[in-house]
Amino acid sequence: MTAPIEAREPTLAGVTGESRARGDRVFFALTGASGAFLVLLIVAIGAFLVAQALPSLRDDSSSFLTTKQFLPEADPPSFGIAVLALGTVLTSIVAMVLAVPVALGVAVFVTQLAPRRLAGLLGGLVDLLAAVPSVVYGLWGVAFLNRHLQGFNAVLHDQLGWIPIFGDTGGRYSKSILLAGIVLAIMVLPIIAALSREVLLQVPTPLVEGALALGATRWEAVRTAVLPPSWPGIVSAIMLGLGRALGETIAVALVLGTTPEITARILGPGGNTIAANIAAKFGEYSSAGRGALIATGLVLFVITFLVNAAARAIVLRSARRRLA
Amino acid sequence: MSDTLMRTSASRAVKDKAFTVLTWAAFLVALVPLVSVVALVVKKGAARFDPTFLTHSMNGVGPRDTDGGAYHAVLGTLEQVGIASLIAIPLGLLAAVYVVEHGRGPLVPVVRFVTDVMTGVPSIVAGLFVFTFWVLALGQGFSGFAAALALAILMLPTVVRTTEVVLGLVPDSLREASLALGVPRWKTVLRVVLPTAMSGITTGIVLAIARVTGETAPLLLTALNFDSINTNPFHGQQAGLPSYVFAQAGQPQQAALDRAWAGALTLLLLVLLLNLIARLIARRTRLKG
Repeated sequence: MTAPIEAREPTLAGVTGESRARGDRVFFALTGASGAFLVLLIVAIGAFLVAQALPSLRDDSSSFLTTKQFLPEADPPSFGIAVLALGTVLTSIVAMVLAVPVALGVAVFVTQLAPRRLAGLLGGLVDLLAAVPSVVYGLWGVAFLNRHLQGFNAVLHDQLGWIPIFGDTGGRYSKSILLAGIVLAIMVLPIIAALSREVLLQVPTPLVEGALALGATRWEAVRTAVLPPSWPGIVSAIMLGLGRALGETIAVALVLGTTPEITARILGPGGNTIAANIAAKFGEYSSAGRGALIATGLVLFVITFLVNAAARAIVLRSARRRLA
Repeated sequence: MSDTLMRTSASRAVKDKAFTVLTWAAFLVALVPLVSVVALVVKKGAARFDPTFLTHSMNGVGPRDTDGGAYHAVLGTLEQVGIASLIAIPLGLLAAVYVVEHGRGPLVPVVRFVTDVMTGVPSIVAGLFVFTFWVLALGQGFSGFAAALALAILMLPTVVRTTEVVLGLVPDSLREASLALGVPRWKTVLRVVLPTAMSGITTGIVLAIARVTGETAPLLLTALNFDSINTNPFHGQQAGLPSYVFAQAGQPQQAALDRAWAGALTLLLLVLLLNLIARLIARRTRLKG
């Protein structure tokens, strides 16, 4: 975007060419070092997690990927990531199912339907959702929403219990997977909405006006002119939201009732997530247990890394196609 | 004009109506949790949001006691976030300058990629990394400074990202004019480019600070939590406001829950204040690019 501009040699403004070159060299060495530091940092994060995870993985007496129990402090240590990984994915899926339609609706509303003068204000209001700290959402979820959701869960089970995910949870509806999903949905909603809004704003207004002038309704204009060029950006926004949901810790640690079992019945407590498990157990474990937690953290790091890299790749590819 | 040109068929009109209603509904649904959370935090937090709460620690206070406060936690948060800012802001600014002003730098695409990916690093992973690096490998022990390191890692990509965007908005003609006057490039960046972009950068930085102020997970792995006042961020466990709320919320007693709500109110006020400041800066001096 900013092509480098070569300064000519002749001395102007009392600066000799020599000192100018030296100043530039020092300055760009400094900025380059900061950039390199960032790269080094992400490599170090991966390297240190691997280094600390390996010993405990070696001591693990059972298969790390398939074992359900998490007993790293037992003798011999026996722990696996099966319950945690599936719990992480399940809560995130519930969150995305709830958040994505609402977030897209918000983005379309703010960019296409809201009165122009109010659009910025309304968008800012939704952005405020992202400003609320996760621990506050967790407190709200466990001390308020949990109470009100239990009755809803019971009704949902009575009416739609034949659908597997709404199946019997032994009458326990408190601190359910659905509650964790709802709290996560609220947290990722502003992220997806804000990123999608940026994407929708990129669509040139004449395209929309053209569609409307040809007799399209608002909905038809959005469907034919606004959404098609925006899909890659929207998909990438959704993936960034997913990355956030997968890694969210504290809210889940507060609202999810955990069990050492794999379950897909979302109306009751069940399973746990990688991040919440780390936060809950770190304080009570000694070094062996912490090593196991680091191993699970490494898995989380790799998963979120891949999700974010994929989101970026989608955007880059569509940008390149547009240029071509 | 003929009727057929003006009229929209019934099914198309219905679809359009449904679309309008649904997007309106989505917007209103999105606002429900915001209103509910803020209202409840204010209502329940007010019960214990008193002078005692803001001036006392939890030293010698049991979960059942109705006194005790978050002074130590507020202090810890201010120190941790302050140190994190001192680390992340200069580093982030320099890295962003490298990406934008050094168009042909060999590392530019790599730094861009890393910044993007780092934005998505879960906060608990940042905490785990500082634990493995600072506490285990370097043997430095748990401290407020360790927490600050984790928060700095979380701040860095945000600072780089927003600075990068704002620097990109500075018109090239300004740079060219400065260089044409014989000003070296480093001075052009420091005296012309950065001041022009200052308000936008400041807004981004304040938002980054607001974001890490509410981070809980990294604190639990780096500063742990602590019931008494610890003014020294470089030595010993230290409380933070988010970890304080988390600890109190995890107790079954009503008195502890009341403290959790009051802590949440304090935290929310702090974060919203930072957001307000960011918006005021953004509004007062908007970069006209």
